[in-house]
Amino acid sequence: MSNTPRHAPPPRATSRLQRPSLLYRYAMGHLQALVSTLGQLVRQPFNSLLTALVIGIALALPAGLHLMIDNLGQVVEGWKGSTRISLFLTLETATSEAEALAKRLGARTELETVTHVAPADSLAEFEQHSGMSDLLDLLERNPLPSLLVLTPRSDLDPVAMQALLTDLQALPEVELAQLDMAWVKRLHAMLAIGQRGVVLLGALLGLAVLVVVGNTIRLGIQNRREEILVTKLIGATNAFIRRPFLYMGVWYGLLGGLMALALVALALHLLAAPVGELALLYQSDFVLHNVTPLQGLLVVVGGALLGLVGSWVAVGRHLSAIEPR
Amino acid sequence: MIRLINVCKRYPGGHQALTNLTFELEDGEMAFLTGHSGAGKSTLLKLIALMERPTSGQLIVNGKNLGKLKTHQVPYHRRNLGLIFQNHQLLYDRTVFDNVALPLVIAGHRHQEVRRRVLAALDKVQLLGKEHLYPITLSGGEQQRVGIARAVVNRPKLLLADEPTGNLDPDLSAEIMGLFQDFNRVGVSVLIVTHDYDLIRSMPNRILHVEHGKLEGDYPRRDRPAANPAEGQTQVTQSSERDATDEEDGDE
Ligand SMILES: Nc1ncnc2c1ncn2[C@@H]1O[C@H](COP(=O)(O)OP(=O)(O)OP(=O)(O)O)[C@@H](O)[C@H]1O
Ligand SMILES: [Mg+2]
Repeated sequence: MSNTPRHAPPPRATSRLQRPSLLYRYAMGHLQALVSTLGQLVRQPFNSLLTALVIGIALALPAGLHLMIDNLGQVVEGWKGSTRISLFLTLETATSEAEALAKRLGARTELETVTHVAPADSLAEFEQHSGMSDLLDLLERNPLPSLLVLTPRSDLDPVAMQALLTDLQALPEVELAQLDMAWVKRLHAMLAIGQRGVVLLGALLGLAVLVVVGNTIRLGIQNRREEILVTKLIGATNAFIRRPFLYMGVWYGLLGGLMALALVALALHLLAAPVGELALLYQSDFVLHNVTPLQGLLVVVGGALLGLVGSWVAVGRHLSAIEPR
Repeated sequence: MIRLINVCKRYPGGHQALTNLTFELEDGEMAFLTGHSGAGKSTLLKLIALMERPTSGQLIVNGKNLGKLKTHQVPYHRRNLGLIFQNHQLLYDRTVFDNVALPLVIAGHRHQEVRRRVLAALDKVQLLGKEHLYPITLSGGEQQRVGIARAVVNRPKLLLADEPTGNLDPDLSAEIMGLFQDFNRVGVSVLIVTHDYDLIRSMPNRILHVEHGKLEGDYPRRDRPAANPAEGQTQVTQSSERDATDEEDGDE
């Protein structure tokens, strides 16, 4: 040893290394963890994508369901404008009187259209739909009253609508004034239940994401047990050891969120054609809308947060157990 | 540098590994620690590196009473030590360079500084040119030297080695011991656990002998004092004061 040439002077124990500032070290530590974990992800693309896919599915389910309900709500919103009032007139009201009433109502500003359906027309329609023409032949006279179908102005608020209804009901010729909105209300109630279901499903699947990330990180910790021991031995703080695992969790969550958005977009793409056909049948120009940029951001950030929390839990549970002995 | 006062260590199983151990290793001193297998040599090193805590007694390292160090301060304590193991404890999925760089990376040094220091340390252990190899492709002696480079790259004031020449041939062992002497010559305190009596008999350094957890022999250094022990001592003391403020900061 002593007869071999010296290339560098032996290190002086007394000359300490000058370290950069705390802030610089902090930033560099994070940057380094960020880059190294990205490297790990890229080096194991299959494993990474599989984990991200599982998280993506878990996130896509509530996100997609929410989107469907949102879309349905819009359809219903569109129908609300076409609310109709059916005025069933008394049997004593003659067709000519009914027509006169229709004319009078047509002049009211709250109403957009007024259509008179004569008893004969109603009967014909009933015959056609029920197929009971034989039975109807037994009747001596048409049992159906005249019907006026009114379309109120779409911007009427519920109070004005109620006032209009009371007004119409008070007319002497009117037997029954009926607002065809009950089913719309019912649909709304069902959509509200659906939204609550989405929240519940989201909470459950969010928990699933925590477990998936936590488990993946736990395996990662176990695989790197030796490395953790050695780095602890040479003075790594818990923060230093924890950092890459936390970044890994964030990456998984982030990738999962992006995967979820891709899955939702795919589902929408597959649904677009049949929905378009359906809309055409109803003479509607309705199209399925995708998640808004804000919602998309929410899914991705939410995924990343879940990833962070999941890895935090795993790291807290499993890292402290690894101490050099 | 190291002061033990009546240190006892009893393992949870009930085994008394160390009993009333009292001795002092001066700043800048180099000593060998010998004893039969199971005598408690590794246990002593583990106490100094805070891998274990003493059951009783006081342990003062580099002016710090280890009994008063809290768990979160342990990493900063370890950064002041250079630990060398018989089984190297290298990371086999990282290159030689990355292995040696680890202590500097942990401490948060600048990239250029890391590179400069790592290459200097590898040069010191004559591994320059092998920095991009993986440890598994190196011989036992070379791996041991990687471990030594990693231990000294952070310029610790105390080197602890547990049977660093355990399964090396005599020539390699002598070479490694020569390295330790080089570091000692510039003021680093060194404590080496070894079984290699033939080798250390030819060396002048102090020998501590443990048997069944008790200090049974303390053979002082046999020749003239080191070239410049006074200089090494004063400078080490100065920098140890700086350390107390330098190292105790958060890292997250
Ligand atoms: N973690 C542990 N738990 C319980 N007993 C232990 C533990 N570590 C060591 N011991 C015991 O303490 C005694 C001293 O062990 P130590 O490792 O210090 O011996 P050593 O002098 O280094 O021996 P060797 O030369 O074989 O390495 C041994 O009898 C051993 O069985
Ligand atoms: Mg031992």
